[in-house]
Amino acid sequence: MFAYYLELAFRGLNRNRVLTALMVLAVALGIGACMTTLTVLHVLSGDPLPGRSGSLYYPQLDPRDMDAYTPGVEPPGQLSWIDGMYLLRAKRAKRQALMTGGMVPLQPEQASIDPYHSEARYTTADFFPMFGVPLQYGTAWGDAEDQSKARVVVISAELNNKLFGGKNSVGKTLRLQATDFRIIGVMGDWRPNPHFYDLYMGSYADYEEVYVPLSTARDLHMDHDGSTDCWGNGNTGGQDNLEKAPCTWLQFWVELDDPSSVAAYRSFLQHYSEDQRTAGRFERPVNIRLRNVREWLEFKQVVPSDARLQAWLALGFLVVCLINTVGLMLAKFMRRAAELGVRRALGASRRALFGQLLMESGVIGLVGGLLGLVLALVGLWAVRQQPSDYAKLAHMDAAMLLLTFIVSVVASTLAGVLPAWRACRVAPALQLKAQ
Amino acid sequence: MEIRPILSSLHKHRVPALLIVLEIALACAVLCNAVFMIGQCIAGVRAPSAIDEQGLSVISLGGIDEAHVESGMARNLAALRAIAGVQAAAAISDVPLGPDIWYDGLTARPDEESQINSSEYFLGSGGEQALGLKLLKGRFFSAEEFADSTLLPSHVSSSHVVLINESDARRMWPGESALGKQIYGDNAAWTVVGVVADVLGQDPNGNGPAGMYSSIFFPQRPSASLNHYVVRSAPQDRDRVLRDALQVLGKLEPGAVLEGKIYADMRADYFADTRDMAWMLMMVCVVMLAVTALGIVGLTSFWVGQRRRQIGIRRAVGASCANILHYFQTENFLLSTAGVVLGVVFGFAVNVYLMENYEVSRMPWYYLGCGALALWLLGQGAVLGPALRAAQVPPVVATRSV
Repeated sequence: MFAYYLELAFRGLNRNRVLTALMVLAVALGIGACMTTLTVLHVLSGDPLPGRSGSLYYPQLDPRDMDAYTPGVEPPGQLSWIDGMYLLRAKRAKRQALMTGGMVPLQPEQASIDPYHSEARYTTADFFPMFGVPLQYGTAWGDAEDQSKARVVVISAELNNKLFGGKNSVGKTLRLQATDFRIIGVMGDWRPNPHFYDLYMGSYADYEEVYVPLSTARDLHMDHDGSTDCWGNGNTGGQDNLEKAPCTWLQFWVELDDPSSVAAYRSFLQHYSEDQRTAGRFERPVNIRLRNVREWLEFKQVVPSDARLQAWLALGFLVVCLINTVGLMLAKFMRRAAELGVRRALGASRRALFGQLLMESGVIGLVGGLLGLVLALVGLWAVRQQPSDYAKLAHMDAAMLLLTFIVSVVASTLAGVLPAWRACRVAPALQLKAQ
Repeated sequence: MEIRPILSSLHKHRVPALLIVLEIALACAVLCNAVFMIGQCIAGVRAPSAIDEQGLSVISLGGIDEAHVESGMARNLAALRAIAGVQAAAAISDVPLGPDIWYDGLTARPDEESQINSSEYFLGSGGEQALGLKLLKGRFFSAEEFADSTLLPSHVSSSHVVLINESDARRMWPGESALGKQIYGDNAAWTVVGVVADVLGQDPNGNGPAGMYSSIFFPQRPSASLNHYVVRSAPQDRDRVLRDALQVLGKLEPGAVLEGKIYADMRADYFADTRDMAWMLMMVCVVMLAVTALGIVGLTSFWVGQRRRQIGIRRAVGASCANILHYFQTENFLLSTAGVVLGVVFGFAVNVYLMENYEVSRMPWYYLGCGALALWLLGQGAVLGPALRAAQVPPVVATRSV
């Protein structure tokens, strides 16, 4: 039965070729535009660290003064040095890392490469095990190096390719801001998207090339970039004074594996805030947040509003295309009123005719979806040529591929409901008489 | 033309008629909003900035220690000015649309809070000429003012004088001259000595329309924060000048990180996303109009085909070709009108939604008017083909049974 209907439907495509071609084209254009923008949206709102992001949390405190205070106001998105160091040393979570970013002058030994500003991450040791960073050579540093402000560096695979042709460079020297660093590890391929752990350097930023212990970076006065938020008298001492200034400029991540440890950590933050308030360092009432990766990304609205706007626009365009298809399908099915009348007179039930016509619209969706897929691939290619930092991520995956066909077939079948219903309501006698 | 028969015929074919109306309405709504957004994109990309954008090259200097930046500046500038074709060169903290951002809230009264992020630019000696600022009132900085001013550790200029944008002068002291007035911010005050034609602020896309033309200029003696050199030349020389300048500085500052860019390229890079958005919207508009037109052609052809006999009868009882043609044109006009009216309502609603959820401003009414007109013309254009075919149906059709 199903196979027979399908065969009929494919034969139906051959009739009224112009109308059919118009319908397929309309469906394809709508689906192509829609899937291009939805794929971009899907990629941008992906999980940066599948399997891990659920247990990574981002604590926030509110150490600001009472200026412009309103109850329930969002605490700053980063921590000050004093709070960050306290939380780090308290070690109340399974793992924790305090970090910030910057641009470091990198002076290669190779004469062929001019010195340039390299993106750097200054972090404490747990960054690597907590985020599950793969290392292809060597190891990351540990607490001892953090303590001793060791001149050690972990470099990205990309930098290793650029400077050392991809060979094992562990033990070699890298010159950063006129200081020699010993390379102790080379990372594997690791690019969580979005760049969740520091959104202030761009949500889909280029990835850091060098990773240096935070204590070392501060010791060598490496420039801190990204956001610095100050209150009160602000920072009067420049970059070197950030440890003492009333400013938030550090990101702090913790790993908490189960709900009870999340609750425990929350109450720990609460107690710390209360203590600081009693001691007079915090002026505001306790105001803490503890969001996991997904909640944090949602809160910061990392998905660019341009991408969402484009998705809405494409959806509107798909609706226009589908209405167009409904009209054309109506024309096509009504043209076959005579044929349908004969079949009704020969004993075909309305339900059978309805099913056949729906199948025909579904097949139009399938063909339209195929063509739409090609258009979406072209569209994604065009997106990748754009200069925005997220553009190069726009690739279709298996889930979106499947979704393309499902959306296409479902949409065109829905578009076929009204025309098919009207077409199978023809009175057979009238049609036979007209013959 | 009698409208009643058309209406009663449309009443009989409610569903296809409704579909055409809906299609036109949706197309109209999307079209108005898309064209409006294209207009906004283009306005952003074309935003004027009163500096010599075509003649400037910018070189950023990094990776050397701060004391060295100060001591080398006079020598570096002398070397840059010696390059053939260089009209002016100066050190500056950042250029409009550059990567660094330095905002402050500035007000005309000491106790006010500013709602606008004003962009701060710190100029080394000769910076006004090197950028090509256009002085409207007052004067540029004097040599003493440059020598006296530097950045305090609190990141506030120790200068006593500033240049401001024309827009800011008008906003802060409407109807008065800004010259000699005090401007306040960051627990400090400065005297306005000159007003310049509007220079773009930093990151206008992020800062929003209010801060777009809010810029303030401070004099500054050689110091570490003046880590960009701007070099001005004739537009046809600038590629060579930039190449030479990088070479000269590379020799003078071995080990330094030098990044040079033509200013026009910096501007193009900054607005590249916006330009792409405009292209995408334009493509959506064109394709959508094409789809709508094809839809109208398809449905009207079907209609004509269905009514061949009736048309034949009308022709047989005396209707002219023109009558038939006008019938279909009027029918389309009625449908388009209904669609356009609905579309204007939709379009307005979409604009209101976008205003609430995205950074989109209110759409002026004439976008809706133009969108409506475009859909009307499209409808008439699309119906012409099928209507002409209908007009050619011979009266003899009426006498045949099929």
